Amino acid sequence: MKSEKLKVKKNKKIINLPLTKQDVLKLKVGDMVLINGQIVTGRDKLHKYLFDKKPLSEQIPFNLEGTVLYHCGPIIKKTPKGFKLVAGGPTTSMRVEMYEQRIISEYGLRGVMGKGGMGMQTLKALKENGCVYLHTIGGAAAYLAERVKRVAGVWKLEEFGMTEAMWILEVKDFPAIVTMDAHGRSLHEEIEKISFREFKKLIG
Amino acid sequence: MTTYNFIDIPNSTATKFHLTSCNEMLVFNMLKLQNAIVELYRKAATSLPEDVETALRLACRKEEKGSNARAALSTILENIEIARAGERPICQDTGVPVFFVKASAGLSHLKLKEVIIKATRIATREIPLRPNAVDMLTDKNSGDNTGIGFPVIYIEETKDKKLTVDLMLKGSGSENIGQLYKLPIAELKAERDIEGIRKCVIDTIHKAQGKGCPPYIIGIGIGATKDQVTRLAKEQLMRNLDDVNKQKVLAQLEKRLLNDINKLGIGPLGFGGKTTAVGVKIGINHRHPASYFVDVSVSCWADRRARLEWKKVKSEK
Repeated sequence: MKSEKLKVKKNKKIINLPLTKQDVLKLKVGDMVLINGQIVTGRDKLHKYLFDKKPLSEQIPFNLEGTVLYHCGPIIKKTPKGFKLVAGGPTTSMRVEMYEQRIISEYGLRGVMGKGGMGMQTLKALKENGCVYLHTIGGAAAYLAERVKRVAGVWKLEEFGMTEAMWILEVKDFPAIVTMDAHGRSLHEEIEKISFREFKKLIG
Repeated sequence: MTTYNFIDIPNSTATKFHLTSCNEMLVFNMLKLQNAIVELYRKAATSLPEDVETALRLACRKEEKGSNARAALSTILENIEIARAGERPICQDTGVPVFFVKASAGLSHLKLKEVIIKATRIATREIPLRPNAVDMLTDKNSGDNTGIGFPVIYIEETKDKKLTVDLMLKGSGSENIGQLYKLPIAELKAERDIEGIRKCVIDTIHKAQGKGCPPYIIGIGIGATKDQVTRLAKEQLMRNLDDVNKQKVLAQLEKRLLNDINKLGIGPLGFGGKTTAVGVKIGINHRHPASYFVDVSVSCWADRRARLEWKKVKSEK
């Protein structure tokens, strides 16, 4: 791969943020990736806020364009040296399905990361805008915390609390698997079809 | 299940544990119990039970080399080690703490609840746990994992001369995929029999796909009232994966269901693969002639449970 943003190391693709639409189009379902750079967290409350209040990009203390929005409610400790992420695995992405489509297009996200996959609305938005869904390892909070090098900032901490705030995290070799790509393919949809066939056989 | 024994407590207080008439002693004991429960929290949050870890190791070996399923399970296994070594939470969702307590006669249930709540506050701060108790009306997080009905505490009296405290940290990704069924259900062709129960469980997992972090551990409760089967299903998640149901019919159903669920092909974290579940456990109650409730409670692979046992010891003098 030629792009500086996207290199291949062993069988993994290295993603250096921020990404462009061109970079994203090179990512395919099944790719294992390692993410470097700054990502932001956001779960139920943040999604609802961005969706309902539509804050302008300038009102958000971090440029979301080209970055990855990580569905995560971390455990973060306040230390004399600043914030430290203790545990930070993904939360179930499907809960924000109704908001994600507009947030992707409004703020120019190039990746949405979480677990469990998302629905048809998001899949459509990924294709229209040039964005991917990254599935990281559910429950692997200690492992993933080691790949967060620094907590670079936070937004809405007072208002939403630790779990629901938007944390800006600097990550290195943060692992994920592309399970929904910008070409309209979803691994989740495919697995669901396979399991439905088996389900029918089992139920009779 | 990891068992803590606190029989080596260095004085006679353990013996006097049951003498609730002696209030001073009770206060003293409760303080020790409080510390023990903080440690129980630490154990549950940071260290996965051996039987679950063994099952995940086996599952990892079964998946194809180079597959996403195998990569996911190796990361999970590495995560378990990092969490244990560093005494850090396995998962950032430290869940809803659910306590199943068995207390010998004379021990005040109110006092026990008080101790559990105090220990919860300390554990949340010290380990730390993620504060998960949100007020339904104000939407404010209490910040210390306590609130109305939070943590969940079930206490029963036992004839045994000991106190047993089982703690499960129930992650909510998997809690959200649980289902309650009222048989019969025409769409599933599920009648009021063993076959009907089987269909309900397969339906739950098929609907869940990978949303609750498989490989799953599945608890099933069957009986007369909704509340009772829900609790019973959850209690099944406390069972060791290796234990065999005493009821032969249920033991067979557990085995068959595990096999069936793994045919669904959902796989670790929903990536597709051979292992969608590592355990199925069923509990039954008598039912009303008109009712046939089946509750399916699901745990993610991180079935975080731990036990504390406080035994009565022979006293000195």
